[in-house]
Amino acid sequence: MRSGVAVFTATAAAFSLAACNRGSSTDTGGGGEAAVGVVLITKDSTNPFFVAMQEGAKADAAKNNVKLTVASGKQEGDDQGQITAIEDAIARGDKGILITPMSTGVNAAIKKAREAGLYVIALDTPPDPANTVDITFATDNREAGKLDGQWAAATLDGKPAVIALLDLFNDKIVSVDYNRDQGFLEGMGIPLNDPKKNGDEAKTGKYTGGKGGDYTIVCNEAGNGAEDGGRTAMEKCLAKNPNINLVYTINEPTAVGANAALKAAGTTATIVSVDGGCAGVAQVKNGVIGATAQQYPLKMATMGMEAIAKVARGGEKPTPDPGLDFKNTGVALVTDKPVEGVESIDSAKGAEICWGK
Amino acid sequence: MATTTTSSAAAEFARRQHSPMERVQHQLHGKPWLSPLFLLLGTFVAFFIATPTFLTANSMGILLQQTAVVAALAVGQTLVILTAGIDLSVGAIMVLSMMVMATLARDDGMPGVLALLIGVVLATGAGLLNGLLVTRINLPPFIVTLGTLSIFTAIALLYSGGSSIQADRLPDILNLLGEGFSIGGVRLTWGIVVVGVMYAVVGFVLSQTAWGRYVYAVGDDVESARLSGVPSKRVLLAVYTLAGLTYGLAAWVLIGRAGAATPNAAPDANLASITAVVIGGTSLFGGRGRLIGTLIGALIVQTFAFGLSQLGVNQQWRVLATGVLVIVAVAIDQWIRKVRS
Repeated sequence: MRSGVAVFTATAAAFSLAACNRGSSTDTGGGGEAAVGVVLITKDSTNPFFVAMQEGAKADAAKNNVKLTVASGKQEGDDQGQITAIEDAIARGDKGILITPMSTGVNAAIKKAREAGLYVIALDTPPDPANTVDITFATDNREAGKLDGQWAAATLDGKPAVIALLDLFNDKIVSVDYNRDQGFLEGMGIPLNDPKKNGDEAKTGKYTGGKGGDYTIVCNEAGNGAEDGGRTAMEKCLAKNPNINLVYTINEPTAVGANAALKAAGTTATIVSVDGGCAGVAQVKNGVIGATAQQYPLKMATMGMEAIAKVARGGEKPTPDPGLDFKNTGVALVTDKPVEGVESIDSAKGAEICWGK
Repeated sequence: MATTTTSSAAAEFARRQHSPMERVQHQLHGKPWLSPLFLLLGTFVAFFIATPTFLTANSMGILLQQTAVVAALAVGQTLVILTAGIDLSVGAIMVLSMMVMATLARDDGMPGVLALLIGVVLATGAGLLNGLLVTRINLPPFIVTLGTLSIFTAIALLYSGGSSIQADRLPDILNLLGEGFSIGGVRLTWGIVVVGVMYAVVGFVLSQTAWGRYVYAVGDDVESARLSGVPSKRVLLAVYTLAGLTYGLAAWVLIGRAGAATPNAAPDANLASITAVVIGGTSLFGGRGRLIGTLIGALIVQTFAFGLSQLGVNQQWRVLATGVLVIVAVAIDQWIRKVRS
């Protein structure tokens, strides 16, 4: 008897809740009859790079009659968050997935999605192995690093290079990390060992880029891609050798942190970086960053979405660029001190096509 | 009514007719898992009406798979919270256990069964360590598990070298819980079955055995439990150890689910397990709650997340919804506790 009352009250509450939802669903469901369901899954939802991607995709969705859902991991490293988002997309009947894969930990879920008939495009970060997804749209990160290295070598003009390498992680291995770092060394003309491993090259020797000269690698420190991490990493490097005159940074927030450490130590160095976000380009303009390789997240997102919409409507599938296992979305070196033999654009031009705020 | 002039106001009060609301309150007080169950049913009805993709066999299978890992962790968390403790090291123990299992067995370096056993034993040992620190050194569980959270996380990273291990490099037994079967189109994994068995066994022990009563008694008031002959410290030690064992099993479920062992696989496992327990009607102050409530709590959180996602709602909204759920659940709990006898 008593439980009867309880059941009644709860059921009534449930139905009133349901009624509310019905109202809202009718509102949203009306517009998109033939819309193609696409989900964009980024690593997190706070990194300006991913925010730019999301905004680019949202702006492009209506144009392609795409019903876009945006999801992400809670933070860098949240495999489970991405796996959940992939499963949600399968259940929702989406036609395709745009994903910046967190790690190999999400490969199995991607495989499941492809088996369910979804077209999967990796953005920015190619998965390992690359054929886990249908295709990757990304920056050629090795090329980005190489541009930095070539520019740095030419800028040194034969002087000895005392180098700090501020990488992304030291507790896990990701392709963006080693591709940029190794690309930079390659551009400097420093002999590499394992091209997929950071920190295994000879610590001293000759670089052959530019006029060539002696080099010393002081450190490989992880800055986790953020200002505070970049500062701490640079402090550690400066403690080892205060004469550092060239700093490679995985991205611009790390570069800003490194600059703060250099300033606090009362010294200066040439800083190179990768990303080309609007904040980073501004740092090039004000002289903090010597050169940065600009990538194009908006282009990745919009090109990816257009490709999925096309495939879903029976169109042709995109193919990788010749010689690469991904579709290159382009990279340009942004610097106000151009050097001979390295193509670049100035900070004014970089600011016109930069991403983020 | 309380202003009556009779001297036996209390007795009169007891004889008074209960209002329907009070009867509901009584029912809920007796069965702390009832209100979460109604909330879950309500959620189902709401999403069923709101989106066609929600209540399909395919979706239900996915929903259960998504709930499995947190539900597994929440078994141990419930035990600890019932003793008025809290375990912040659940995710760390699970990940440590998972990385040890996977690393030992990688490319069949060790027979899968043995690696699995070592991983589970290690998790049990980690739980035992938590228990020893709580009972022998008398440190608060919050502090102990805050410390071991960092310790176990660091060991997992150091041991695994930070790299993840793919399913195809692992023996079948470690991938087994990702495999499964279909019932009426609902795809269930063996992981879901294992979690179901965990709930049945631990739920039985808690509600039907003397030891289960001891757990509640210790959680209610550890000192009076001790004075009435309950071996409080031994019960506490057993609770933390058993919790460790369940995290080891959760590690096995997680490998199957993710198809890989990743050192930073589930960053919010601790809070998710606590959320499931709290929404499931178990009191954070100990001594009150049921394991079935925890299972319902885990399902509620996941159902909200899944349902909103099926609607195409931005995921920040589901994080927000989870927050609201926690507060509503505890508010209902507080209301139920004010029951008049």
